[in-house]
Amino acid sequence: MVIERRWKKWFYFYIPLTVFILFTLFPFYWMAVTAFRPDPELYRSWRVANATPFWTLEPTLEHFKGLLDSTAFLQWLWNTMLIAMVSTLISLICGMFAGYALARLKFKGSEFLGTAIFITYLVPQTLLFIPLADIIRNMHLGNTPWALMLTYPTFLIPFCTWLLMGYFKTIPKELEECARIDGATRFGAMVRIIFPVAVPGILSAGIFAFTLSWNEFIYALVFLSSVEQKTVPVGVVSELIRGDIFFWGQLMAGALLGSVPVALVYSFFVEYYVAGLTGSVKG
Amino acid sequence: MAEVLLSGINKYYDGNVHAVKDVNLHIRDKEFMVFVGPSGCGKTTTLRMIAGLEEISSGEIRIGDRVVNDLPPMDRDIAMVFQNYALYPHKSVYDNMAFGLQMRKFKKVEIDKRVQAAAEILGIQSLLARKPRQLSGGQRQRVALGRAIVRHPQLFLFDEPLSNLDAKLRVQMRVEIKRLHDRLETTAVYVTHDQVEAMTLGDRVVVMKDGLVQQVGEPMELYGKPANKFVAGFIGSPAMNFLDVSVADAAGSLWAEAPGFRVKVPPEHRERLRAYAGKRATLGVRPESLRLANGSDPDEYTFGSTIDVVEPLGSEILLDVRVGEASMVARVEPGVRVKMHESVRLVLDPGRVHFFDGANEAAI
Repeated sequence: MVIERRWKKWFYFYIPLTVFILFTLFPFYWMAVTAFRPDPELYRSWRVANATPFWTLEPTLEHFKGLLDSTAFLQWLWNTMLIAMVSTLISLICGMFAGYALARLKFKGSEFLGTAIFITYLVPQTLLFIPLADIIRNMHLGNTPWALMLTYPTFLIPFCTWLLMGYFKTIPKELEECARIDGATRFGAMVRIIFPVAVPGILSAGIFAFTLSWNEFIYALVFLSSVEQKTVPVGVVSELIRGDIFFWGQLMAGALLGSVPVALVYSFFVEYYVAGLTGSVKG
Repeated sequence: MAEVLLSGINKYYDGNVHAVKDVNLHIRDKEFMVFVGPSGCGKTTTLRMIAGLEEISSGEIRIGDRVVNDLPPMDRDIAMVFQNYALYPHKSVYDNMAFGLQMRKFKKVEIDKRVQAAAEILGIQSLLARKPRQLSGGQRQRVALGRAIVRHPQLFLFDEPLSNLDAKLRVQMRVEIKRLHDRLETTAVYVTHDQVEAMTLGDRVVVMKDGLVQQVGEPMELYGKPANKFVAGFIGSPAMNFLDVSVADAAGSLWAEAPGFRVKVPPEHRERLRAYAGKRATLGVRPESLRLANGSDPDEYTFGSTIDVVEPLGSEILLDVRVGEASMVARVEPGVRVKMHESVRLVLDPGRVHFFDGANEAAI
């Protein structure tokens, strides 16, 4: 038997892992510390005596209070939630059917269609928002939640379709053949057998879609103008940076509160999420 | 209660791959029909066409008195058992078995009665609440069988159902499937690549190769009277020995000759082989039709050989021998004492020698 040397494990595994975790988590930590740091400490130079740049000695909730009192943060939170949920739902439903069709049905041009959907996903949003803005204006959807609920699926549907197509392909096709012999139509087999089996994949597609629309910035910035319609990422940035003054404390408090729902969603579904990405179905 | 009739069945894939070629078969009511052949021979495709999972390129399939060509699988009144079991992973064993009945809108009481009865037949009553992932391979296969039998279909289809089991379990399940068929008296079509399974299970066996039916017959008929060299070599283990021989007419009798090998053509083959005098043919003899010669054996059926390898199996000994340039396997009594590289004389059983055409490989 080979006994691995301990220092090797440390050198190749624990130390790189620690560095990686510190690097990844530091921005979050910085956000949290800043949100709780009182203003005097925040705007003081690091070079003064007793400076504590990496922690705070007098944590305060005044930024949170300020955020909730002086901005429409709760309204933004609600907007973001609603928009993210509706666009996720739309994208998930379309993605499930499209993914199934691309994975299972043989029809002329199915491969081309798959590739075409993937290519639309590759077109950057920073280009796509220009024609979309025109469409939104023509349909008089500007400055309403629908502007985002209907435009987010333009990048979420290709994403969901591709993720779910990959997942459906890992499900043995005998399962639905058996269901069809057992008396289900193709549609029935899909709804009663394939979708329930694909729950991990569907959930991870849903979580991804939810996060993407929660964090989306450009469309929200372009299509929404009035304060009470804004989403968290846009609202925080546009209302808490006035001119060249950054309200760091409130900005970070807003960012912290804004990331809580996403973190909650992830923590609830983390097991499904991993299974969905690794895509394993055992009969 | 149904016979199955396949007339002129063809299957083309993407227009040019001809996977199944003009298959005509009459599967009788209550018969256990086995399709056997090497992989890619079209046996599974034929089964899937009967099931309705694969479109029929041309020809007609009847189940009972209905032409089913255009019926979806659900309307064919069949049940199928798959190689990978295809149990619904999110449903319990009970729900797996009940699914087909639920889809057909059976009453709850009736479903329960049938599921319990099937579970009892298969000895899986204690597993009904479990999920498929909590079952062993053998248990999963039983559930898959149970799911098929609760429906009381006209026809059972089996697609290599035992291939994923280990050797011991396979033998055990084989016996169970045979017993089950005997009890249920339902027509069954069973696909396998394992000739032992085919021989032991089938009332009749269809041997296929390259999309063509080679021979249809009862197991012992295939074994004793193979229609061609392929069937002869495929059925039986260890496989039949083949030897390319030239047929010679000398002193009024026919002789099969190869380097280091010269035996008389047995009387029952003489007439048919006369046309091959001076030509090539293939002689086939099964390992069990060979034995070590003793003094009293007629000279014209014995030949010399050198032992290459001795394989003692306990109940018998397999001798890999060299005969001239060819090699053969002989199955001999366990008491025989021989050593590697020893020269021995073998005698063949003249009543159990086969001859095949050198060109088209058909039995002569």
